[in-house]
Amino acid sequence: MSQSINDHMGRPVVVVTGIGIVTSLGEGKEDNWKALIAGQSGISKISRFPTEGLRTQIAGTIPWQGDGMFFPPAHSISLAKKSAVEAIEQAGIGSRGSFPGSMFVAVYPAETNWGQRMDVYNRADGGDSEGYERILKNVNKGDFREYYRMYQFGSIAEHLAAEFGPRGLPISLTTACASGATSIQLGVEAIRRGDTEAALCIGTDAEICEEMVVRFTLLSALSTQNDDPQGASKPFSRTRDGFVMAEGSATLVLESHESAKARGAKILGVVRGTGERADTFHRTRSKPDGSAIIDTITRSMADAGMAPEEIDYINAHGTSTPENDKMEFLALSAALGDALDGTPISSNKSMIGHTLSAAGTIEAAISLLTIEAGVIPPTINCHEQDPNILMDVVPNVKREHVVNSVMSNSFGFGGQNVCLIFSSEPA
Amino acid sequence: MSTEQSEVWVTGIGLVSSLGEGLDAHWQQLAPGNTPTPSIDTDNQAPFPVHPIVDFDISTQIPKRSDQRQMGKWQHLGTYAAGLALDDAGVSHNPDLLAQTNMIVAAGGGERDLEVDSAIMATLAQGDQEDPGTYLNNTLMSELRPTLFLAQLSNLMAGNISIVHGVTDSSRTFMGEEMAGVSAIETAVGQIRHGQGELFLVGGAYIAERADMTMLWEFGHALWSGQQGSVWDRRDTDGGMVMGSAGAFLVLESKEHAEARGAQPYARINSVVAGRCNRQAGEAQEVAEDLLEQIADRIPSGPLPVLSGCCGVQPQLNEELEFLKGLSAREIDPVLRGVTTVLGNTLEAQFPVNVILASLAISKGAFFDPFDDTGVEQEFSGQPEQVLISNWGHWRGESLALVDKPDVPLRGQD
Repeated sequence: MSQSINDHMGRPVVVVTGIGIVTSLGEGKEDNWKALIAGQSGISKISRFPTEGLRTQIAGTIPWQGDGMFFPPAHSISLAKKSAVEAIEQAGIGSRGSFPGSMFVAVYPAETNWGQRMDVYNRADGGDSEGYERILKNVNKGDFREYYRMYQFGSIAEHLAAEFGPRGLPISLTTACASGATSIQLGVEAIRRGDTEAALCIGTDAEICEEMVVRFTLLSALSTQNDDPQGASKPFSRTRDGFVMAEGSATLVLESHESAKARGAKILGVVRGTGERADTFHRTRSKPDGSAIIDTITRSMADAGMAPEEIDYINAHGTSTPENDKMEFLALSAALGDALDGTPISSNKSMIGHTLSAAGTIEAAISLLTIEAGVIPPTINCHEQDPNILMDVVPNVKREHVVNSVMSNSFGFGGQNVCLIFSSEPA
Repeated sequence: MSTEQSEVWVTGIGLVSSLGEGLDAHWQQLAPGNTPTPSIDTDNQAPFPVHPIVDFDISTQIPKRSDQRQMGKWQHLGTYAAGLALDDAGVSHNPDLLAQTNMIVAAGGGERDLEVDSAIMATLAQGDQEDPGTYLNNTLMSELRPTLFLAQLSNLMAGNISIVHGVTDSSRTFMGEEMAGVSAIETAVGQIRHGQGELFLVGGAYIAERADMTMLWEFGHALWSGQQGSVWDRRDTDGGMVMGSAGAFLVLESKEHAEARGAQPYARINSVVAGRCNRQAGEAQEVAEDLLEQIADRIPSGPLPVLSGCCGVQPQLNEELEFLKGLSAREIDPVLRGVTTVLGNTLEAQFPVNVILASLAISKGAFFDPFDDTGVEQEFSGQPEQVLISNWGHWRGESLALVDKPDVPLRGQD
């Protein structure tokens, strides 16, 4: 009895009772899952803004449905609300506008977009002045309270807190492309230390605009295979040339097993363990020996109390950049040893693209759906696997496979490495 | 899991602000008998005054030029202050300690290239581009430096701290203006109490001399452009805040861990509590009352030093003041200091700054003289045993914290 309430280290077991997801593949778990196991791509030519002059002209955007010009934080909030509503309804927890636990929101760092900046600049109050002198004159005279409420670094999480009513302060966090996984880590830690019985872990990222495409392009991070948008994200392939930016959101409702059982909630899976180790090597690259990532993976297994042989499937970070996929293989080989042979691994990013701050949450959601279905979504666009990446990457076609446990990796710029392990319902 | 909760000690401090660099420089300005001289620049962000950051020599904390070039001033400041805190705690250059140091950074973002912005705005505003979209794409592609994005990314302050100082356990970056600093320390305290880490580096940085940020605050008409003076002077006005600059980091440590390595504390973090509301009239005050209820039994009656982060935006100023005066109903006699009067609103760094100043007062055994002459701030004599921090966000979030004196010899005493 107490075994299922506390884990191998005597901490409360943390379970998942609600999942919500929105990506370029569709809205909701059902539509996303159908597309994922069918091997569909959500990537297309960017139509939100002119792409003339950009090296990368493709992305997994989700159509902006607001009035007027594109307003990135409003788009991110809208997607997050959809995924959170789906997760909260499935969990059947709390009441409308009152979530009985903490909230952790993985989100990109807000910056005023060009449309809004020009809206301010073009007002007349600044007279003949130019640059930011004009901007400051115009804001001083004008009314831009909506921008004030939307463009602060905490704005997205604040709007979600106002909507869903969690306890305490909402935590707005970024660990670059590991953010979504970090939000789950923080939720797990808060429940384990008894701060809260439940946590609403949201990842949301819908910021695809001219400047973001340029910034990632200047770091040589993006695929430029514009002629074949659906074929451009090709993790583990010999001809991979970068990731494809995408938009999306996912939400997990986490609870202590005790609390979930007490209220009779259906348990969708267990967060068995989390691991992390910051890298010191470089701002955008891992240590060449992979030691920080290896340590991250090893620590997640120690935290879960699991051996490499007990991992049934790996949901890869698998970005499709030359560097990431090579390093992820190197680290997994070292951390899992022989157990990596015969352990299937696939990258959801081959279909969804890289949803950046939301990716860790989206991939956690898909990891849990994989356990439930006993079907592994494929790595699509893998027609010529990199001969130096010797893993079973479930190429192109889904696979039926009993999956009781999943390892999900997330790595980000700034030396951010997080590994999560999920398993099916505790006995 | 152990139910025994660890005490959380402040064992290292790194502080750079508009008043100076280092704890000693701050104590020289703030010690009883001294009157701090706020540093204010009225031209840089005119018509809005700001407290500029003092000059600091990055080469002493960020020796490699290759590292220096990868950052802007905001990341320099944070990485610098973090280095001061690690040095102060005796953690620097100790690989074993650094490998178990967890980091929570409260961050906004780094500097934009304002010249590129200005050139694009001027061209687009003329409206004579045949294809403005293509012009924007081409200009961004040719004018933005590849390293600029990394200097802007919020989590790259933590990333640079890892690279430059070698901090390699967990690394989290919280956003959300003033409340990011509160959540960072609240989370670290919770983790230490429950054995989820024994050693933490926590803090943030903000630089006020940035037009892109000035724009953001004035979107909400949140800035003060009136006469200089005490924040409490804005009681009968529409209010507004003066932004300040600071890099503020703390090393927080479990008592057991600190004692085992012979580290002395400045002070102990007794509690951090925080909440939010939509700021309808009176709501923030209600949240603060609820927070107070959670920690009231830890506060003895009588005179209590209080550091308020009140930034001057209305109606929160009047609500916070009313809340603080209401402490008297619990037989607590609050002795207020409005920290923004001397330092401005240092945003993500503000709560860390207030915890540092509280720790300084406790370790020195003396509280600061009043910062204003409006009668709101009273004299305090005697040795502070507890300092209450009241820290509300200019837009969202309310928090209270209690910093007190552990029962061991303290650092920093003369």
